[in-house]
Amino acid sequence: MTAFTQPLTHTALLTGRQLRAFGRNPAYLVINLIQPIIWLLLFGQLFKSVVDIPGFSGGGDYLVFLTPGIVMMMALFGSAWAGTSYIQDMERGVMDRFLTSPTSRGGLIVATMLYQAVLTVLQTLVVLGVAWLAGARFDGGVGGILILLLAAVLLTFLFAAFSDAIALLAKQQTALIAISQLISFPLMFLSSAIMDTKLSPAWVGNVSRFNPVEWAVVAGRQALQSSPDWASIWGHLGLLAGLCVIMTALATAAFRAYQRSV
Amino acid sequence: MTNTDAGIIARDLHKTYPGGRGVPRVTALDGVGFEAEAGTIFGLLGPNGAGKSTTVKILSTLSRAESGTGEVAGIDVARHPDRVRRVIGFVAQKSVADPMDTGRENLVLAGRLQGMSGGDARSRAAELLGRFSLDAAADRLVKTYSGGMARKLDVAIGLMNRPQVLFLDEPTTGLDPEARAEMWSELEAMATVERMTVLLTTHYLEEADRLASRLAIVDHGRVVVTGTPEELKDGLHGDAVIVELAAEAGSPDAVEAFRLVERLPGLSEVLLDGRVLRSRAASGAGALPHVLAALDAARLAVASATVARPSLDDVYLRHTGHSYEGARS
Repeated sequence: MTAFTQPLTHTALLTGRQLRAFGRNPAYLVINLIQPIIWLLLFGQLFKSVVDIPGFSGGGDYLVFLTPGIVMMMALFGSAWAGTSYIQDMERGVMDRFLTSPTSRGGLIVATMLYQAVLTVLQTLVVLGVAWLAGARFDGGVGGILILLLAAVLLTFLFAAFSDAIALLAKQQTALIAISQLISFPLMFLSSAIMDTKLSPAWVGNVSRFNPVEWAVVAGRQALQSSPDWASIWGHLGLLAGLCVIMTALATAAFRAYQRSV
Repeated sequence: MTNTDAGIIARDLHKTYPGGRGVPRVTALDGVGFEAEAGTIFGLLGPNGAGKSTTVKILSTLSRAESGTGEVAGIDVARHPDRVRRVIGFVAQKSVADPMDTGRENLVLAGRLQGMSGGDARSRAAELLGRFSLDAAADRLVKTYSGGMARKLDVAIGLMNRPQVLFLDEPTTGLDPEARAEMWSELEAMATVERMTVLLTTHYLEEADRLASRLAIVDHGRVVVTGTPEELKDGLHGDAVIVELAAEAGSPDAVEAFRLVERLPGLSEVLLDGRVLRSRAASGAGALPHVLAALDAARLAVASATVARPSLDDVYLRHTGHSYEGARS
């Protein structure tokens, strides 16, 4: 086996392991969907009239504006849990067994990213279906939906890798959840996920330009429109992809910190 | 590869862990050293916290020593951890199996991560499932396994890649006596089938005595003595003569009894451990009546008296200055 194919084989094997566990307990997918769908339907009704505020740039239908925001929220909150599988492996001897074998460290990280991405794609399709049933119509067509999925997957990769790194450093479930929530909620609200930042205080708009959640929301929302700004879409997706590469490298390096602590 | 260089060498391993805010670092290893000959089961015996697991973690490349060197199958563990990982099996103190996979899936995944092809991994998994009598449970989720079954699967996972060196960190801790006895038989059988070196840690004296061909007693991060179980016991020169006094521990009567017995001819290594008087004699049966007569003459009451062939417990007491049960609690 060559040095090049081994990490790929390991990634496939380890992703398969996570998907098997998911296949045995698919209720997890439904549980993860409840909150986003409640938000979608509740906020969709609650803030229906914000589109009438002068200066709101989202078009005529708040549900159409909100849907990509909810998709990214779901990707963010779901992937923040990715490190949980590491905590479980650490509480048993499974992680230590992997680390004393030739198992690829990068493969361990990327497998959790891919697994979370599969969940994100399935959940996004469900959310889009619910939004459609609730009356939302997207002009971007299949191409737009594919771009929305790509943006959601990149956001998932980023935060799954982040969650893995935190798990390896903190080694405790409670710490992982606390840190994830501490980061996820501000990122969610300092973006245009549920509200046009043009109508927020100026500082929110300024901060959101550096927020990867905002990058994903903008790319996804643009793609669902009838005449998307492709330069903006690919620019934001490029930023996300670059950050994903950096975070994956950092998470892989976190194995060293973990091994120093055992 | 010949078996001559497939052993384990540890030299002067030191390791400390952070002690927390304002607390000095905790010394886990304070110069552990030993050599395990290729193809044998080498036991590391000691109470919890003695440094056994830390030693295993360093030699299996999970952790690094601050100083000292380790060699596994002729490979330096600090310089070439990647090469070491290809030739070892590792069974941690905690279960190394994924509870949400079946036994077979755990084995096949372990083999494939070690670089085996799918076909190889499946046939090796079937062979090991058979050998450890896990056939019937092979396709059940591991979370439904009993403690004994799960531990056997752990050992099988460690054997998947036909390792030259297998690390077994407390393989029977937490098992009931029946499952422990079964595991011992399995490990004895394994040692004859697989040609490999095994580093076994245990805090059960009986386990070390039964399974290890050589062992090192570890106490406070150091190896206090090394040898075969027989050598260690023979090194004690004779039987243990143990007298439990009726007097309270630390009372004048207990001290007087100690002084009395210490002066008796034919007894050596007399030690007062609470209200228990321990000593050695070439022939325990010959010495005991003299001990009892002397105590009786001084009107010192005796609660019980025992003569025993030397055990590893005595070896432990001799080399660490405290009894094994006392160290464990």
